[in-house]
Amino acid sequence: MSEVKKIATRDSYGNALVELGKEHEDIIVLDADLAAATKSGTFKKAFPDRFFDCGIAEADMIGIAAGLSTTGKVPFASTFAMFAAGRAYEQIRNSVGYPRLNVKICASHAGISVGEDGATHQCIEDLALMREIPGMVVINPADDIEAKAAAKAAYEHQGPVYMRLGRLAVPVINDRPDYKFELGKGIVLREGTDVTIVATGLEVGYAIEACDELAKEGINAELINIHTIKPLDSELIAASAKKTGKVITVEEHSVLGGLGSAVCEALAEKQPVPVLRIGVQDTFGESGPALELLHKYKLDTEGILEQIRAWLGK
Amino acid sequence: MEILELQKKANQIRQDIVSSLHSAKAGHPGGSLSAADIFAYLYNEEMNIDPKDPKKADRDRFVLSKGHTAPGLYAALAERGYFPREDLLTLRHTGSYLQGHPDMKHIPGVDMSSGSLGQGISAAVGMALSAKISNENWRTYTLLGDGEIQEGQVWEAAMFAGSHHLDNLCVIVDNNNLQIDGSVEEVNSPYPIDKKFEAFNFHVINVADGNDMEQLRAAFEEAKTVKGMPTAIICKTVKGKGVSYMENQVGWHGKAPNDAEYEIAMKELKEEAESLCQK
Repeated sequence: MSEVKKIATRDSYGNALVELGKEHEDIIVLDADLAAATKSGTFKKAFPDRFFDCGIAEADMIGIAAGLSTTGKVPFASTFAMFAAGRAYEQIRNSVGYPRLNVKICASHAGISVGEDGATHQCIEDLALMREIPGMVVINPADDIEAKAAAKAAYEHQGPVYMRLGRLAVPVINDRPDYKFELGKGIVLREGTDVTIVATGLEVGYAIEACDELAKEGINAELINIHTIKPLDSELIAASAKKTGKVITVEEHSVLGGLGSAVCEALAEKQPVPVLRIGVQDTFGESGPALELLHKYKLDTEGILEQIRAWLGK
Repeated sequence: MEILELQKKANQIRQDIVSSLHSAKAGHPGGSLSAADIFAYLYNEEMNIDPKDPKKADRDRFVLSKGHTAPGLYAALAERGYFPREDLLTLRHTGSYLQGHPDMKHIPGVDMSSGSLGQGISAAVGMALSAKISNENWRTYTLLGDGEIQEGQVWEAAMFAGSHHLDNLCVIVDNNNLQIDGSVEEVNSPYPIDKKFEAFNFHVINVADGNDMEQLRAAFEEAKTVKGMPTAIICKTVKGKGVSYMENQVGWHGKAPNDAEYEIAMKELKEEAESLCQK
């Protein structure tokens, strides 16, 4: 078997920005002294006149983005998820969300796969925080293909967007001719009848492997990739839940407030079924190599399978 | 516009502040009244704006960073013809477009939503930056409270504006010396305000009496001549200016006059209007 190509979604973002920048003069990119890490620096190299480093001042960066957008520019503001969704939460809510401004917040280094930097830099609450803001579109792409498509869709969408990006290189799983990214539309990756697995972000790759393993064990799982956390494709999820009667959510985020919560909210109203929420279990992360942490927190293929088997009683 | 005419505008703005707050039964008279002359000058003399085309691309921008003094901004906008004066009496009422704090989505002439202190100046910096990027000549003005500059974000924004030589940005500080919990010195002194902005690479203009139209004119005229750095105009003002029992009274930061207080305030302001008419 040939080696699977891996790329971090932050790299995909940087590359996508350059492509978008060639076509669209109105794109202005902002960062808060993390351009080398968020990969907004890729855009800076290509278009130095349309890149502004706000320094270590995330609150101000969000406000500057808001001001730029009122004049017709389309700002993409980047920093780590912790400092965008976390530190600048209220600026995003009041200066971007409330006036529904056309600002794209593209935050990298989300989740525990930040790795060695540890808990202070591992934002596992961003999806929850951003999902709460009326009118905010929240995207969590799974791989290179999806991150590039999402960046384009974010530009084309009129209104605020939060996009979650990762530090860790992840397998390219969407490299197929019929791949299509539509905001708010989930993608069925495996059809099945026994259980529905809803995954997002880098967990989609692990969930594919888990599904294939479950198939060998005689469990026919349906797998849905939810790249848009908000608006959530609740119709697709509910229809699948109706068929399988059981739903498992998988996310590299706290099980409080993110995909698991969003799916439970939708199913409680549309199709009540038992749900297992796999994710970070109401705890902070810690330092360590990303892959070791994903293993320790049972968010790799093995950890997901262990939790699924236990829940299904297999 | 003649100074006397601008003074009449400021008086009308003050009357409308008092009327709208009385109708709302809530709101912030003190800081609205202290800034009434600044609002009058900006909207009738300083800014290139067109009430018939509130979103015209090359207009000057204004961000009310001290968003709680929206009654002053709304009164200035109504006086300038952006919307009917009688709508001011719907301030803060359920269903009214005149929200407690500026809402750009629904209020003609409001360039930025604001209210959470410290955030407006950053948006103003973004606007000024946009004009620089596009080589456009319009200017951006933002009004801050002296209590508001306790917010760290104000200094993040000031650092960026100074660092990027945004000479198309004019920051105005309404230095009425009072905030909710007391005088700004007692609570957490922002002084010296001028030295701080100078240290952030601003051209600073101190206005000894920010309720004096002549002094405001001189300051804004000077600001327009400054090249290579943003300007901060620090205006010493009187909180509650124009209503005797509100002046310099910390208790009038955030409450509306009752019926009796409303009558007294309007009587005083109308007397002032009459004396202006006799000049």
